[in-house]
Amino acid sequence: MSRIAQTFERLAGEQRKALVAYITAGDPHPSETLPMMHAMVRAGADIIELGVPFSDPMADGPVIQAASERALEHHVSLHDVIDMVREFRLRDEHTPVVLMGYLNPVEAMGYEPFAREAAAAGVDGVLTVDLPPDEGDEFIPLMREAGLDCIFLLAPTSTDERIEKVCASGSGFVYYVSLKGVTGAANLDVDSVAGKLAAIRRHTDMPIGVGFGIKDADSAGRVARVADAVVVGSAIVRLIEQYRDAPQEARLQVEGLLASMRKAMDTQTMTD
Amino acid sequence: MQEVESYMQMPDDRGHFGKYGGIFVSETLMAPLRELREAYDAMKDDPAFQAAFDADLAHYVGRPSPLYFAERWSEHLGGARIFLKREDLNHTGAHKINNTVGQALLARRMGKTRVIAETGAGQHGVATATVAARLGMQCVVYMGAEDIRRQALNVYRMRLLGAEVVAVESGSRTLKDALNEAMRDWVTNVDDTFYIIGTVAGPHPYPAMVRDFQAVIGREARAQILEQAGRLPDALVACVGGGSNAIGLFYPFLDDTGVAIYGVEAAGDGLDSGRHAAPLCAGRPGVLHGNRTYLMEDPDGQIIETHSISAGLDYPGVGPEHAWLKDTGRARYVAVTDEQAMAAFHELTRIEGIMPALESSHALAWAMQLAPTMDRDAILIVNLSGRGDKDIHTVAALDGIEV
Repeated sequence: MSRIAQTFERLAGEQRKALVAYITAGDPHPSETLPMMHAMVRAGADIIELGVPFSDPMADGPVIQAASERALEHHVSLHDVIDMVREFRLRDEHTPVVLMGYLNPVEAMGYEPFAREAAAAGVDGVLTVDLPPDEGDEFIPLMREAGLDCIFLLAPTSTDERIEKVCASGSGFVYYVSLKGVTGAANLDVDSVAGKLAAIRRHTDMPIGVGFGIKDADSAGRVARVADAVVVGSAIVRLIEQYRDAPQEARLQVEGLLASMRKAMDTQTMTD
Repeated sequence: MQEVESYMQMPDDRGHFGKYGGIFVSETLMAPLRELREAYDAMKDDPAFQAAFDADLAHYVGRPSPLYFAERWSEHLGGARIFLKREDLNHTGAHKINNTVGQALLARRMGKTRVIAETGAGQHGVATATVAARLGMQCVVYMGAEDIRRQALNVYRMRLLGAEVVAVESGSRTLKDALNEAMRDWVTNVDDTFYIIGTVAGPHPYPAMVRDFQAVIGREARAQILEQAGRLPDALVACVGGGSNAIGLFYPFLDDTGVAIYGVEAAGDGLDSGRHAAPLCAGRPGVLHGNRTYLMEDPDGQIIETHSISAGLDYPGVGPEHAWLKDTGRARYVAVTDEQAMAAFHELTRIEGIMPALESSHALAWAMQLAPTMDRDAILIVNLSGRGDKDIHTVAALDGIEV
């Protein structure tokens, strides 16, 4: 069983929801990524989404765009990101790591070498924002063979037909984008999210994560009532940006945010 | 050269031109792109829509544009007879308006009330703001902060037309970043907003749709040369940034395999310098802005900054149909430097009294090399895609003059 599946199974047994924490690898400096990953796990993150920096992050809002630019100042490549995961695995064998990014760096490396090296380094899943399953005829089987989960997005605009296709193509979990917009956008509407998740559940038994617009303990708690996983990204990256000259303080702040979310999520689901 | 039955059957129903093109966008845009595809397919077969489009091209854009025999310049070069397709005489001064008229009509048919666009030099932004003003639609144009600085006149022009011009401060602050930002706007406002892409790039159906709107250039040119010279030309030449004016001229000639086709990219300071905008000549295939095509990228797959004296060619990608035409061998892609383009600008201005856009000057520069190698009864058609008024500041600055 994959690390991602194991994680969701364990959490389900504990009647808890997964907290998925995103950072951009190499932001603000490559040396800060590993300590931040471990800190996030300490604070209660169940899955880490590690962003692969890209020069043209079309689906991201200003916060994560800036993170990509900071990482690219240090020329952080896909190879470097895979190396970071390899090093992370020396001290953490259990926490799943999903690489999240855009297709072109993977194209540049080549699908096969990427799948082989990522799997060998201990990567568990891949989420390429600009690769819908419709274009994944070559990509998806190669990732599967290497033992990597392909995580795909669903959106408020997804029709039943698309939900079916996306669910049939992906594994690990489904990532529901809670609103029409880019990462770090305004408030999300939990009621409309709940309605869409019900529609998605008619097509799949996979766990469903919800992301975009979750910025604090309150929104994390509310989403945890309806989703299997809560994805938080821009709120973390904002703290990293704010404390970019004080890495230790950045870690403390991120740990504080995640711990508060963890608590709200666990309390919320317990009281259901 | 591979065997192809017809070059005019692309793309397939998933938007693929061979291995290029396609739909590489985040999930949120999949449904709106499908809606657009369906609307566009319905429109293509609707005589009422086509009649409205043709009427606008005739009475608003001023088509057909002339096919002008540049006799003195041809004599001067001492080779082929050169005909210029005068897209510079269109309303707003370039071929861009053909496409914005078409897309705006489609937007209105789809019930959209707001249009957005990206722009580099500002020509597509002006063409979009123009049709938005005419149809009474709200218009937002994204433009790199760096380009806003370089193209103040077009920015003011768009504002006069009632458009909101948004400065894009991310990335290299140029055209590609403006496109990213327009995509972000679209993903946020998909319900009421139509994204008018300015070139034959982006996800399917944009490359095919923009080509179809621009193909009026080649259809006219083909009929005009048959009437004026009694036969098809020997070669076509057009500049290629994203590639919309080029595909517009080329497409109706693709199955006339006796007609040689040349797309001219911007070599900037020279292909060896690394400072250029020539993905077909010096890039490699990758995925950007919704499609697979040739790109300017570093070994890690990061898109690199381009350079060209012509802002309209300053783009790291190219339409996927051009990528396919290159691989099939049906079209040949070459590049000319800033310096060569400038020389062509001055030559056409002085010899024919026509001041070309710096983009079009790249096509003219290749014609200057090609024409003398051809017989005197050979025929060359060059797409004069835009007029040079917008570039006067750039040209003057090179001469050390402030205007």
